[in-house]
Amino acid sequence: MKPATQLEPAPAWSEAGQHAMSAQASHDDTARFNFLANFNKYMANVVVAGNHIAFEHRAGPRWEQSHGRWPADRREIRAAMSEDPYYRMWSALRRTGMEMRQQAGRSLVLPQAGALRDRAAALNSGRDTLQLQPTPVPRYQSEVDNHCMPGGYFAEYFDGDVSAAANYDAGMFATTTGLFGQFLDGAGRGTANWVQAVRPDWQPKRILDVGCGLGHNTLPLAKAFPDAQIYALDTAAPMLRFGHARAVGFGIQNIIFQQSNVETLPFADGFFDLIYSTMFLHETSHSALRNVLREVRRALADDGLHLHLEQPPYHNMPIFEQFLRDWDCQHNNEPFWSALHDTHLPSLLAELGFSQDEIFETEIHALVEEVMPKVGQEVEDYGRGGKWYACGSGRINDRWSP
Amino acid sequence: MTDPDKLQQLINAASRGKRPHFFEDHDVDRLLAIVWAMAAELAVTRERLDTVERLLAEREVFDRGAIETYRPDASAAKERGQWQIDYISRLLRVLQQDIDAMK
Repeated sequence: MKPATQLEPAPAWSEAGQHAMSAQASHDDTARFNFLANFNKYMANVVVAGNHIAFEHRAGPRWEQSHGRWPADRREIRAAMSEDPYYRMWSALRRTGMEMRQQAGRSLVLPQAGALRDRAAALNSGRDTLQLQPTPVPRYQSEVDNHCMPGGYFAEYFDGDVSAAANYDAGMFATTTGLFGQFLDGAGRGTANWVQAVRPDWQPKRILDVGCGLGHNTLPLAKAFPDAQIYALDTAAPMLRFGHARAVGFGIQNIIFQQSNVETLPFADGFFDLIYSTMFLHETSHSALRNVLREVRRALADDGLHLHLEQPPYHNMPIFEQFLRDWDCQHNNEPFWSALHDTHLPSLLAELGFSQDEIFETEIHALVEEVMPKVGQEVEDYGRGGKWYACGSGRINDRWSP
Repeated sequence: MTDPDKLQQLINAASRGKRPHFFEDHDVDRLLAIVWAMAAELAVTRERLDTVERLLAEREVFDRGAIETYRPDASAAKERGQWQIDYISRLLRVLQQDIDAMK
C-alpha cells in the first residue's frame, strides 16, 4: 500500500484511444470518468487494504469468540466481515462506484444513440463479415445484468441500437484505470504475444474468439496473424454491430463477426487451428461451460491450440484473497464467478477428453502502450487488473514464462 | 429516445439482479449512494472550473495567481456571504422544520 500522496493518478480518460465508433464526450462526461478512475485507483491502493486489518484485529477475533475458532474458509470470512463497519463501507462504496460508472456511460451514450446507430450502419453497410441472426438470450445472461450493466449486453432500445456496446467501450478505460491499454486490447495483445512465443513461426489459418463481445481482444489476433481468417462469435447483436463497425474503422478485414451461441459451434470438426476466449467463461453457467469446452474440443484441429483467460482460480489461494476476489459474485452481478473460480479447469479439460499431457496453465499479462500503466507496477484491484490466469491445451514450447 | 424524461429514466436505470445492502439500515446505503454521486459532481465542477482558469490564463485574460490573491471589495464580500447563508439554510431545511415543529 502506498501513501495516497505518492499515488500516480489514473490516466485521464481523454488518453483513451479514439476510433470510428467512439462516443463524443462533453467536458463533464470526461470529468465523470476521471473521477471514477481515480476513485477506483484510490480504492485499490488505499482503501481495500483496511479490510485485512479489520479482519485480523476486529472481525476475525469477534468470530473466534462466538465460534471458538478462526474462520476456516472464504464463506466464514464473509460471514464475519459482513458485520464489520469498515468492510461495509468499502463494499457500499465499491458497489455505488460500479453503478455510477454505468450511469456515467449511459448519460454519455444514450443521448447520441441515434447518431452511433447511424455511424455503425454506414460502416457495416454492404459487408458480409457481419453475420447477425436471431439468437435467444441464454438464461445465464437474462437473469441478471452482468457487472451492474442495465440491460446487459443485449439492450436494444430501437432497431440497430449499439448503445450497450458504446457504453461498455467508453467506461472500461475508467474501470480498469488504463491497465488494459488505450484500446482496451491488452488481453488480446498479451494472448497474441503468448501464442507467438509458445509456437514460434506458427501461422494458424483459422482462429476463433469465443464470446468476443465487441472484439476488443479480437483485433490483436487479426493483426498478429493477418493471413488468418478470424471468427468472432457472441450472442449479443449490439456488441457485434458496434465491434464490426469499429474493426472496419481500423481497416481490419480478416474478422467475421457472427451472432451465435457458442454452446453449439456452427463449424465442422477440426475447423480451427486456434481457439481462445478472454474473460468470457465466468459469464456462462455450469452446463454452458462444459458445452462450450466440448465444442472447442470438437472444432479444434488435431494439432490445434486453445486457451482461456480468466481471473486466477481459488485453488491454492489464501482464503482471505479468495474472499476479496469473490466480492464480485455476491455484489457485482457475476453469478457464475465463484463456481468458475472453484473449478479446476485442467481437471475439467481432462474429463472432457483433451489430451492430458498437453493441458497447461499459464499467466498472461496485458500488453499496453508505453504511456499506459503496467501490471506489476500497480497494485491490483482484485478482478480488474491486467493480469490473467490462462488454461488450455495443445503442444507448446515449455520454455515460455510470463 | 427523443423524450427527455424517458431518456433520463433510461440513464438512471437499475441493472437486473438484487441490489445488495451492506448496512443494517438500508437507508444508509441509499444515502451513501447520494453523497458519493454528489462528490462526483463536485469533482466534475472542479474540473470544469480548472479548465476555465487554464483557458483564461492561456489567453492571458488573467494570471492564475490572481485568483489566490483576489480580495473582494466590501460589497462583493457581503453578496458572497449572503449567498453562503442562503445556501446553508437551503441545505439545513430539515433542521429548520424540526425547530418549527418543536415550538
